[in-house]
Amino acid sequence: MSTATALSDGFVVAKRNLIKIKRVPDMIVFTTMSPIMFILLFAYVFGGAIDQQGGGEGYREFLIAGIFAQTVVFGATVTGAGLADDIKKGIIDRFRSLPMSPSAVLFGRTLSDVANNVIVLVVMGLTGLLVGWRIRTSFEEALLGFLLLLLFAYAISWVMAWVGMLVPSPEVVNNASFMVIFPLTFVANTFVPLETLPGPLQTFAEWNPVSAVTQAARDLCGNPNPNPAAPEPTSWALQNPEIYTILWAAVVLLIFVPLSNAQYRRSTSR
Amino acid sequence: MTVSRLVTDAVIAEGLVKHYKEVKALDGLDLRVPQGSVLGVLGPNGAGKTTAVRILTTLLKPDAGRAQVAGIDVVEDPAGVRTKIGVSGQYAAVDEYLTGFENLDMIGRLYHLGRKRSQQRARELLEQFRLDEAGDRMAKTYSGGMRRRLDLAGALVADPPVLFLDEPTTGLDPRSRTEMWDVIKGLVAAGTSLLLTTQYLEEADLLADNIVVIDHGLVIAEGTADQLKAQVGGERLEITVSDATRIAQARKVLQPLGVGPVVVEEHQRSLLVPVTGGASVLADALRRLDGEGIEVDDVGLRRPTLDDVFLTLTGHTAEESEQAESDDQLEEVAR
Repeated sequence: MSTATALSDGFVVAKRNLIKIKRVPDMIVFTTMSPIMFILLFAYVFGGAIDQQGGGEGYREFLIAGIFAQTVVFGATVTGAGLADDIKKGIIDRFRSLPMSPSAVLFGRTLSDVANNVIVLVVMGLTGLLVGWRIRTSFEEALLGFLLLLLFAYAISWVMAWVGMLVPSPEVVNNASFMVIFPLTFVANTFVPLETLPGPLQTFAEWNPVSAVTQAARDLCGNPNPNPAAPEPTSWALQNPEIYTILWAAVVLLIFVPLSNAQYRRSTSR
Repeated sequence: MTVSRLVTDAVIAEGLVKHYKEVKALDGLDLRVPQGSVLGVLGPNGAGKTTAVRILTTLLKPDAGRAQVAGIDVVEDPAGVRTKIGVSGQYAAVDEYLTGFENLDMIGRLYHLGRKRSQQRARELLEQFRLDEAGDRMAKTYSGGMRRRLDLAGALVADPPVLFLDEPTTGLDPRSRTEMWDVIKGLVAAGTSLLLTTQYLEEADLLADNIVVIDHGLVIAEGTADQLKAQVGGERLEITVSDATRIAQARKVLQPLGVGPVVVEEHQRSLLVPVTGGASVLADALRRLDGEGIEVDDVGLRRPTLDDVFLTLTGHTAEESEQAESDDQLEEVAR
């Protein structure tokens, strides 16, 4: 099967998923509502306390990139839940009996989830602007920051695709991934400056790819650490957050694209 | 296997074996669907019907055995098989958030029919399956019967020469079932080769040219509906008497007419007499009962159904495979 066929089949599948976003707007509303809620809660509930620590007014500006990262990671669970649902409803059985490219379903699924994340990022960016977040660099740099966020989420999507085909129902995808995603997105520099974390957690957070992508987004949007006296990051990952993010995404894709494709070829309902 | 069989058979399966962990779903299954004919695969839940369909439609690999669809080996060239088949399953695999039209159009695109042809084919099929009015509504709003028709339409998008329908009417109400049968009869008349699985004996009788009865992953009988019925014997005279106390007497009166022992179903006040000779026996039986002054509520002559066939072959009915062992009544009818 040629690459062109795989691409065009993938677009057909992606279009199908995007129609669903249009028909079930609740889904996109809820996936954007919770990050908006996070922005407001963190900015106004924790924000005050964190400002007291001497950070100044910058916490809200600092926070937004962290919430971007957290949200796109959570957005990736849609990939797994969507696939698990399609398997349960026998739609994957139908796709697998068609003479279409076997990789098109996963390619289309992950592609439409990128579109999903773009919509969510736009909504959150606007909310961020309302509470005081600003882009202090050039348009190109900020765009690069957003592209890194999307690349990172795309890699996680492929992990979630694999999980979604292994578990028996879409609900399990959500529950299982929350167990992993919450610590991953909280033990990081997403909501608090790293130097406030205790020793072992700080080391974990320094190498946590969520920290790197957050740091990259922050740097590229020009959002400073609210604590001007904060030490420079010591880990290579945070000194080179853009490169680390790209490397990390590449490794994940190299492992999970073939793994997910192999699992797809074995998936049947029941 | 000779070359001519390769050409004339739409589906051939030989010795298919499939295990799911400890469970043996298929235990050496053989099937053959000659070109342009309908094979009914009949069996209770868990007999291995769906597993067989999944292997033949390239969704599962068999542990042993071989199968060809339209002359193409399902294991060696699954992609080739997929260009020749249409599949519709027991769970209507339609996307409920897409309209009927969008569902069919998407399938057409994935068969690589091209944009224009896909759209045209989608409209044609919606009309053929009387879904044209609902075609631009989300499938979510469809009734069970409509979804099933849409799913079947999906299987026909590319006009495949070989069609697999896995329990196409399971769970449908009687009216939708009859509608579905009409649709399938239309396809068959147009010369499509069809493998149909069903739990409904009536359905196999009505739609299939040949029937295989499978149980525990193995074919236990095959033939036309008539041949299978012949295995069970001739007709049965069914008489229900008004007064339960006179059953024993009725049995004595009717026994000379039977070609085998009369079976009594006490709580239904009915007697089953295996007979030959048709309507004249029926008249004779009524005369004899009348002569003894035994009143009759109901009387009928029936040919054995495929239910009787199943019962004779397996010792349990299609629907009641679990509890059949303990049900003496059913066992008695089978003998």
